Amino acid sequence: MPQRNDDVTRRRFLRDGLWGACLAGIGGVAGFAAHKGQKVDWLWQIDPYKCTACGNCATHCVLEESAVKCTHVYGICGYCEICFGFFDPEPFDIHEGAENQMCPTGAILRKFVEEPYYEYTIDRPLCNGCGKCVKGCNAFGNGSLFLQVHHDRCENCNQCAIAAACPAQAFRRVPADQPYLLKSVDHV
Amino acid sequence: MVRPRPILVALAALLVVGVAALGLERFPPPEFETDYVRPTTTAPNPPQGVWEYVDAGVLAVTLVLATVLVLRTRNRKLIFTLMLFCLAYFGFFRDGCVCPIGAIQNVTLTAFDPGYAIPLAVLIFFALPLVFTLFFGRVFCGAVCPLGAIQDAVLIHPVRVPRWLESGLRLIAYLYLGAGVLFAAMGAMFIICRYDPFVGFFRLSGNWEILVFGGCLLLIGMFVGRPYCRFLCPYGVILRQLSRLSRWRVTITPTDCIQCRLCEDACPFGAIRKPTEPWPDKEYKVARRRLAFLLVLLPVLIGAGGWGGYELRQWLALVHPEVRLAQRIYLEENALVEGTTDASDAFRALGRSSDELYAAATQLRDRFGLGGTLLGAFVGCVIGGKLLTLSVKRRRADYEPDPASCLACGRCYAYCPKEHERLKRGREGLIRH
Repeated sequence: MPQRNDDVTRRRFLRDGLWGACLAGIGGVAGFAAHKGQKVDWLWQIDPYKCTACGNCATHCVLEESAVKCTHVYGICGYCEICFGFFDPEPFDIHEGAENQMCPTGAILRKFVEEPYYEYTIDRPLCNGCGKCVKGCNAFGNGSLFLQVHHDRCENCNQCAIAAACPAQAFRRVPADQPYLLKSVDHV
Repeated sequence: MVRPRPILVALAALLVVGVAALGLERFPPPEFETDYVRPTTTAPNPPQGVWEYVDAGVLAVTLVLATVLVLRTRNRKLIFTLMLFCLAYFGFFRDGCVCPIGAIQNVTLTAFDPGYAIPLAVLIFFALPLVFTLFFGRVFCGAVCPLGAIQDAVLIHPVRVPRWLESGLRLIAYLYLGAGVLFAAMGAMFIICRYDPFVGFFRLSGNWEILVFGGCLLLIGMFVGRPYCRFLCPYGVILRQLSRLSRWRVTITPTDCIQCRLCEDACPFGAIRKPTEPWPDKEYKVARRRLAFLLVLLPVLIGAGGWGGYELRQWLALVHPEVRLAQRIYLEENALVEGTTDASDAFRALGRSSDELYAAATQLRDRFGLGGTLLGAFVGCVIGGKLLTLSVKRRRADYEPDPASCLACGRCYAYCPKEHERLKRGREGLIRH
């Protein structure tokens, strides 16, 4: 319903100006962001050199079963017979029985390769990301076991709940075309 | 059993992290005599990024549909159906993330962090509802936003919230927006996502604190329409202001208002404004003086807010994990607390010097000084502006929705007798053809 009144016309002029300014503002913000823009997504990942395997990953993820799981880089592994990622460093009794194993879910599989070497594999579906093996491997071994966000499970929350709880500030956003921060050494 | 090991473990961990960082190994990788081949590490790939663009497409289509339903069809049932679809799709199917509300922070981080650029889909999510609001009012809130939808779906017995209380509570939303932007700009945290009350329901999992908070909001929401949208939503604050300027917007009556008063209590969100009586001359003079006083008060409030924000910088800075860590390390080094935390252990394991950490924390505190000043000034400006708008009386001849508060839910249409007349005409027209 148009109102022909000088006062209203002035108000309408101001309103239209402000409207245009807002539209231009949104366009400006969008243009700036698109100019800086990035086609790929950002994903959360753990820097394994910062991670202290505190255990928050297992409990703070919004998923019932955490998206963080242990990853094993075989090239760094010493294939130790007495592996403290596999065995509890404080055993009840000195033998290789299951009660001395470190992993609370039995997610680490041990396979004999040759004397005195054993291969260790993570049974991914069983791993809950508690980091106990990571702590043991870091303390007494080569650190070939470490935690990573597994992107088939990760919900990619805009604010990762584990990142907010991470005491080592080891979580950071990584571009989706390089979604993992795997440890590496020269000879691998 | 004696357990002296933890200390040893910690010491060894310190050593190893240092060693590992240098690329050295305690046990050299074995030379196998058998033909054993080392397996390669496989890590599952992230899902292909097609879904975000599907989401952006669905967002565009649902916004167009919402506009048509709210402004042309004017049918509450269809709007409600679309709202339920969006709740199911954006909420339960797509897990409610990313949403335009959280995208505010991504845009902010893009502006302040040189290493971060916003993904295109998130940018679309941020900008599209804003543009639609500039043209058509808050159709996004009414029918598309899953957070609004989950509250709207549980609203069974709306009670009226007094206007002064509503205006007061809404200040929380402004404060939340300011804090969300500040903490995102500082790279501290995305608090709007961290404390999103409904995402836990969409995913059927989450931290219990947030689930309880969301549950409380839904309980309140059964009687107070959409409490998150009205009193907390930071994106809603932006949409409010843009909606004041919108080209087209919800009108209760399709033609002329006949002042029947039937729609007076129709709005569960208190957005319907009554026609105003002309002011008595005496009252007008008082009001004019009050307005002048408030105009003078505005810069005072802005200044006071800025000063208050600056004074609060120490507490604001504590949201940043680096500052919290520096504080903890300081306390530990000066033997003001006993023991260590996970964070201080991790700090020592990395081998950074505490001076470096203190310097970083001081720099952050300074930046929070500026940020806190701006946040405080913003809050002061909002309070002053609110007082001004409350003291100004707009002339209104008809019952109309307040463009800022109207959430475009379409509930009021059915209350208008003129609307029934329009619908009847439409039906007759259909029959005639």
